[in-house]
Amino acid sequence: MATSLKWSGGTIMSEPTSQPEVVPASPGGSSGGPRLPGAAENEGAFTRFLRATEIDARLLGMIGAVLLIWIGFHVYGEVVNGFGAMLTARNLWNLSVQTASIGVMATGMVLVIVTRHIDLSVGSILGFTAMVMAIMQVWVLPEIFGLGHPLIWVIAVICGLGVGALIGAFHGYLISYLSIPAFIVTLGGLLVWRGTAFLLARGETISPVDQTFALLGGGPYGSIGAMGSWVVGILACLGILALLYVGRANRAKFNFPQRPVWAEAFLAAAGCAAVLGFVILVNSYYWPKGIVRRYLAEPQNADIANTPVDEVFISYGFAIPVLILVAVGIAMTFLTNRTRFGRYVFAIGGNPEAAELAGINTRKITVMIFALMGTLAGLGAVIASARLNSATNNLGTLDELYVIAAAVIGGTSFSGGIGTIYGAILGAIVMQSLQTGMVLIGFDAAVQQIVVGSVLVLAVWIDTIYRRRQK
Amino acid sequence: MSADTKTPLVEIRDISIAFGGIKAVDHASVDLFPGEVVGLLGHNGAGKSTLIKILSGAYPRDSGQIFVNGDEAHIENPRDAKGYGIETIYQTLALADNIDCAANLYLGRELRTKWGTLDDVAMEAKAREVMGRLNPNFQRFNEPVSKLSGGQRQSVAIARAILFNARILIMDEPTAALGPQETEMVAGLIKQLKADGIGIFLISHDIHDVFDLADRVAVMKNGQMVGHARTEDVTKDEVLGMIILGKVPAGATAGPGAMVE
Repeated sequence: MATSLKWSGGTIMSEPTSQPEVVPASPGGSSGGPRLPGAAENEGAFTRFLRATEIDARLLGMIGAVLLIWIGFHVYGEVVNGFGAMLTARNLWNLSVQTASIGVMATGMVLVIVTRHIDLSVGSILGFTAMVMAIMQVWVLPEIFGLGHPLIWVIAVICGLGVGALIGAFHGYLISYLSIPAFIVTLGGLLVWRGTAFLLARGETISPVDQTFALLGGGPYGSIGAMGSWVVGILACLGILALLYVGRANRAKFNFPQRPVWAEAFLAAAGCAAVLGFVILVNSYYWPKGIVRRYLAEPQNADIANTPVDEVFISYGFAIPVLILVAVGIAMTFLTNRTRFGRYVFAIGGNPEAAELAGINTRKITVMIFALMGTLAGLGAVIASARLNSATNNLGTLDELYVIAAAVIGGTSFSGGIGTIYGAILGAIVMQSLQTGMVLIGFDAAVQQIVVGSVLVLAVWIDTIYRRRQK
Repeated sequence: MSADTKTPLVEIRDISIAFGGIKAVDHASVDLFPGEVVGLLGHNGAGKSTLIKILSGAYPRDSGQIFVNGDEAHIENPRDAKGYGIETIYQTLALADNIDCAANLYLGRELRTKWGTLDDVAMEAKAREVMGRLNPNFQRFNEPVSKLSGGQRQSVAIARAILFNARILIMDEPTAALGPQETEMVAGLIKQLKADGIGIFLISHDIHDVFDLADRVAVMKNGQMVGHARTEDVTKDEVLGMIILGKVPAGATAGPGAMVE
């Protein structure tokens, strides 16, 4: 596609205001990250560290905020209530499960907000698709296959994701082809799909869902245990190492500036330590006694049935919804960074007119973004309804606001073009940590709302200041 | 229209477009030969940019035809125009500010790996090569273009237009945002591209920007073509008369927008 330049010439334009610059690193060299013109020589060690490792300062800030919230609530619990419940394996495990549904949807909301749209309907789409899936599993499919058939959960999930995608695509069509503002379309959707969910089941709560389906919501059986968690953790570490290696090899091939070796080593060590630390955490939360007793009583465990309950420690390990969130996070990061679709989403967000002039079909991309958002709302519904073991009419109410808040706390900008998937997931963790923390130390619901609302505004204010200073 | 008997690289014939009853371009025709620079002149609002946006596929035309190498071209959107080798450097530069240089150069035409993913490394390598020739001091490849200076942004926009073997280049006020030194460099670039047989439309409201570079000038007024002339046959003042009054001098060929005496 690209061919060499047609004109023969040497230098045609040069920068009149150029500053002295560092020549890019020599082949395979590791003399420093990409140096920027005008980089001050006397910059602080921390700035040099950030530049060398190419870590986003905002990422560090968010991790710091999460740790601050956790430690703050723990210490408060210690001091005031005599018991710090925040930094326990049990609480952090539960926190990870509670984050999953909002986190999954927040990754999609990033793309919606990046293209300067908004989706207020995700909570209602979640409610509607949860109802569709519950009806499929409880009323429709058992009639066809018989109760407990292994295909039931698969078909139900496919229906849920498919219905979510269709609703999202329909919203996207109204927004891009009929030019109705996204705010209005999805505000309408918020009411329409909540109402439709009510009509579907005449307002009834539908339960219990299929047993296999229920595992997708977590719980003792919906977790992969100690051994499974170690396997996942080690695979993740290998993945981190492979990514760093391939990235370095690619840049070496074209003689691009590279990160110094110590920075690569730091990233590898930090990444693996975080993963393995998480594995140790989830493996140190054990099944409660009642469930262990029931487990020992099951026929296939006859050989260990006489072991005293106090001596049996079965680790939860990673909960399945958390693995779903991680998988969605990886897939969405891949989609935004490595594919044309992702590139177009950000280009449209940065300058819609330029994207159009570059030949991008912006309307089609908009439909795809909303369809993806709908699909993720369907996946959020899988997690939420499986965790509850039922579909209720108000499932997902106000979720749209938490999802938007998570994306925005995670650094997604309403002016378009800026946002990251990991940021949105961290934003979801911040929101959930605040809520869990306040429940643990016994704040009322009213106070919780005040705090969460204030933190949202505060986070965006800090982000605005940070961005202004970046310029 | 031209005395030349060769086939024009591009011929715009009888193009019209109206926005809400106002005829922005009214039966305008102009042509361009290989290796030729045609300056398209006129006041702000004369219809130059609109006419050129029709050629680049940004606006749909109401009527008229476009011929490329003598064959009728079907240009409905920017992608079609690029397919005919028509590249445009817009006055606004049309860069996506939040993504980096290489991503902007390849926007809409990304290089991909054999797995269908973006081949960012290859795109950056090509970007470094092209920018190395256009603007050797440029090193800010991993920063969003919003952080670049006006001249750097301009060089990104120019690099994008010439990266894909353009045969017809449209430059809409290419030096409007540049200082004298950078303007000089754009002039050098235009001369080199011309020597390679690329046809260039140079759009400006300022005659001094284009008179020395252009082989011909075409003047528009109120959406109509006043006329066109070889720059050696007319003086700057005469062209100014065409722009301001619509008065066509002896050395020029009158068009439908010429002042009737």
